[in-house]
Amino acid sequence: MASVTMTVNGKSVSGDVEGRTLMSDFLRNDLRMTGTHIGCDTSQCGACVIHVNGEAVKACTMFAVEADGADVATIEGQQNADGSLNVIQQAFQDHHGLQCGFCTPGMVMSAAALLKENPKPSEGEIREYLEGNICRCTGYHNIIKAIMAASGQDVPAVAAE
Amino acid sequence: MPKDGGIGASTTRREDVRFLTGKGNYTADINAYGTATAIFVRSTVANGVIKSVDTSAAETMPGVLAVFTGEDFAEVGGNPAGWLIHSRDGEPMKEPKRPVLAHGKVRHVGDAYAAVIAETEQQARDAAEEVIADIEELPAVVDMAAALAGDNYVHDEIGTNQCFDWGWIEDNRAATDEAIKNAPHVTTLELINNRLVPNAMEPRASIGTYDAAGDSYLLQTTSQNPHMTRLLISAFVMGIPENKLTVIAPDVGGGFGSKIYHYGEEALVLAAAKKVGRPVKWVADRTESFLTDAHGRDHVTKIELACEKDGTFIAFRTETLANVGAYLSNFSTATPTFLHGTLMAGNYTVPNVYVNLKTVFTNTAPVDAYRGAGRPEATYSLERVIDMAARELGMDPVELRRKNFIKPDQFPFASAAGLEYDSGNYDALMDKMEAMVDRKAFEERRKASEAKGLLRGLGINAYVEACGIAPSNLVGVLGSRVGLYDAATVRVNATGNLSVMVGAHSHGQGHETVFPQIVGEMLGIDPASIDIVHGDTSKIPFGMGTYGSRSLAVCGSAMVRATEKIIAKAKKIAAHMLEASADDVDFADGQFTVKGTDKSVSFGEVALKAYIPHEYPIEDIEPGLEETAFYDPANFTYPSGAYACEVEVDPETGKVTVERFTACDDFGNVMNPMIVSGQVHGGVVQGIGQALLENTTYDENGQLLSASYMDYVMPRADDLPFIAVDHADGTPCTHNPLGAKGCGEGGAIGSPPTVVNAVIDALQSGGKDVKHIDMPLTPARVWAAMNNA
Repeated sequence: MASVTMTVNGKSVSGDVEGRTLMSDFLRNDLRMTGTHIGCDTSQCGACVIHVNGEAVKACTMFAVEADGADVATIEGQQNADGSLNVIQQAFQDHHGLQCGFCTPGMVMSAAALLKENPKPSEGEIREYLEGNICRCTGYHNIIKAIMAASGQDVPAVAAE
Repeated sequence: MPKDGGIGASTTRREDVRFLTGKGNYTADINAYGTATAIFVRSTVANGVIKSVDTSAAETMPGVLAVFTGEDFAEVGGNPAGWLIHSRDGEPMKEPKRPVLAHGKVRHVGDAYAAVIAETEQQARDAAEEVIADIEELPAVVDMAAALAGDNYVHDEIGTNQCFDWGWIEDNRAATDEAIKNAPHVTTLELINNRLVPNAMEPRASIGTYDAAGDSYLLQTTSQNPHMTRLLISAFVMGIPENKLTVIAPDVGGGFGSKIYHYGEEALVLAAAKKVGRPVKWVADRTESFLTDAHGRDHVTKIELACEKDGTFIAFRTETLANVGAYLSNFSTATPTFLHGTLMAGNYTVPNVYVNLKTVFTNTAPVDAYRGAGRPEATYSLERVIDMAARELGMDPVELRRKNFIKPDQFPFASAAGLEYDSGNYDALMDKMEAMVDRKAFEERRKASEAKGLLRGLGINAYVEACGIAPSNLVGVLGSRVGLYDAATVRVNATGNLSVMVGAHSHGQGHETVFPQIVGEMLGIDPASIDIVHGDTSKIPFGMGTYGSRSLAVCGSAMVRATEKIIAKAKKIAAHMLEASADDVDFADGQFTVKGTDKSVSFGEVALKAYIPHEYPIEDIEPGLEETAFYDPANFTYPSGAYACEVEVDPETGKVTVERFTACDDFGNVMNPMIVSGQVHGGVVQGIGQALLENTTYDENGQLLSASYMDYVMPRADDLPFIAVDHADGTPCTHNPLGAKGCGEGGAIGSPPTVVNAVIDALQSGGKDVKHIDMPLTPARVWAAMNNA
């Protein structure tokens, strides 16, 4: 077992973990922060995307010990200070960018990382960036719209909606 | 204009807030104190005799609390099929037992034959590796035709791999054969409807808890229909009395059919919880999901379309082999029969239809209903052969369909496949689709693609489907072992807000938002004061859950009926309060008013009076304001649509790119257009996935080659365009109070043939005489077809 200490959503946390404990399991099982979801075993689905030192990371691709000393952000810390939905979260609600909600935490975290590096992404750039986030419900249509809206762009007028 | 937040408004979803902030409560998120973990030991071979299972080493591993094998469940019941189908010769279908854990034989890769319960997941995984099984591998039965021809049986005790040989409608067989024999033109197509894995993003998970004090059980599980799961466990598998078993399906991360069914893991965690005296939790990993979730489709079909030289349809005849896998899943016998064969007249006035369908056991995962469930298979066969016929006849594919459409004034229409379509306007949908596509400008777009060295194709499609399956009296005659009603309880609380308990289960469909829109409008109160309770058998009336696009048409109708009862009773109370006759009291916009006067009381005042019945006619009216209704529909609902797809094909690589997709649907009256559009987007993309990307591949040994997202190609954001949708101005369903038709599956039903038709059109435009390519239309398949043509 190894001791780890890190900052998660602005709070210092610590725990004892096995070397094989994945970051996703540390968040879910040790910290009881279950907003980060596990949807596959091959780091394909993206439901577990978090930010580690400002970078989008699939939490199932790193061991908890690798996050020792890191600054971590998860879906649980994304709301505005007053508890209201942030711009991206609000856009997802406004544009029906989620259905079952399971992929949603990863989508929101990926979208936040995208907009940080590319504040006005095109439709094609959003689609390409989300290649590592799988959604089975929405067909991505309204997720793309939500991210365009969150970045202050006119949502394309798609026929007869 | 719809009222703000009422019927027809695109109200944003209240459930989104918890999902967007990480506060969803999915089964895997539940961690009661002391919860132990279950890990299943699964067969690595597709077919084998279990000689012995040695658990002694595993039992001594650190943290291990119990180890189960198939022998522990040999005496309990099997997980049954929900429909009894009879063969053409009158023989009932073969129903081999589906045990909780395999004993005697393993029958597919992933078939669980042992389970380890330990303090932690890692301890359980470590111990599971120490379960030593001696399994003698036997040759696997994988190919359906070979399964029927050979004598290697998945279930030795039934002495055949054929579950049943079904004819629909058997009395039409001779006439259809004769019509085809004498027809001026017959188009024949052999096709494969590719096997799919539903792949809800949340893997299955179950937690069993036993309460010794009350000798009662709790099952928290990823289910689309908790009451069905409870009934199956109670009445068939474990014998736990229904009153001693609560099943809760909390937030569920998508289902698409795969979470309709009861699975052995649910029974195991209940038995284990009692044995170890702690909650026992199992969460599937994605590989287990691929190996053990019920798969979908997997039909091999020969379809013939007979027609006059002018394109008038005379007959459709199909012969299909449908895979049911190694065991019968709960709806596996209904899906290829009454959800498929009954749709084989499509949108057309064709007089003769005959379907012969054989279901086949193989050493593969069970196959059952997946989004669309039988209707995508029907639509694919019909709309592919019609497209091929149009090409052979030199007719425009839209005009050939229009020529044979059921016309608006022919409804209700008795189809040659045995259904009575209540309403529809297929020409209007086609008109709308053609306008949205701007078909006249297609040739210019094709030229622009050709200038880039790409082939462009336009595929079109028409579909009709049957959902909200009912009525119970009819399905009982056809072989259903359950009723197909649903139920709702409307509880008006003393302070005027409402709790509405529904039998439907929401796992992405937005019931928590839409159902209050309906009740709120009926009662003239703010939908925000109405909450939906679902998914907990201890709180909701006995309903059949959510699948087959039934939630609104069936459960929503029950909710309307219960609300009507509320209004009727409230009116009596209001009449007393207003010192008037109930016949003289009107109810509108939340106010009860004596006709022709300004005397009125609000709904809230009536609710309070019902619960504080002072000065109350207690001899005539019971206190309280709570009503339940069960609703058993008179018929299916029949959504329909006209779809178009435009693709570009790169002749150098065979790669297909979907450039445009247009979906015009008739869902009857629409309650929340935003949510309905979302259902269409998702369904269409699942259909595009089937057409271009997804395939479930077993090798000849029954090993699943596509058991991860590295190998099974899920549609991703960069595979797709925006989807243009329109579902305004539908023809209302004539037999339910909302006039609503199901909207959950049309997208997945209508889209696969549309895409394939488009690719064939593109290849033909490039001078390649390719008549058909089986799905998925991968670059390799398309390139091979082009270069062999």
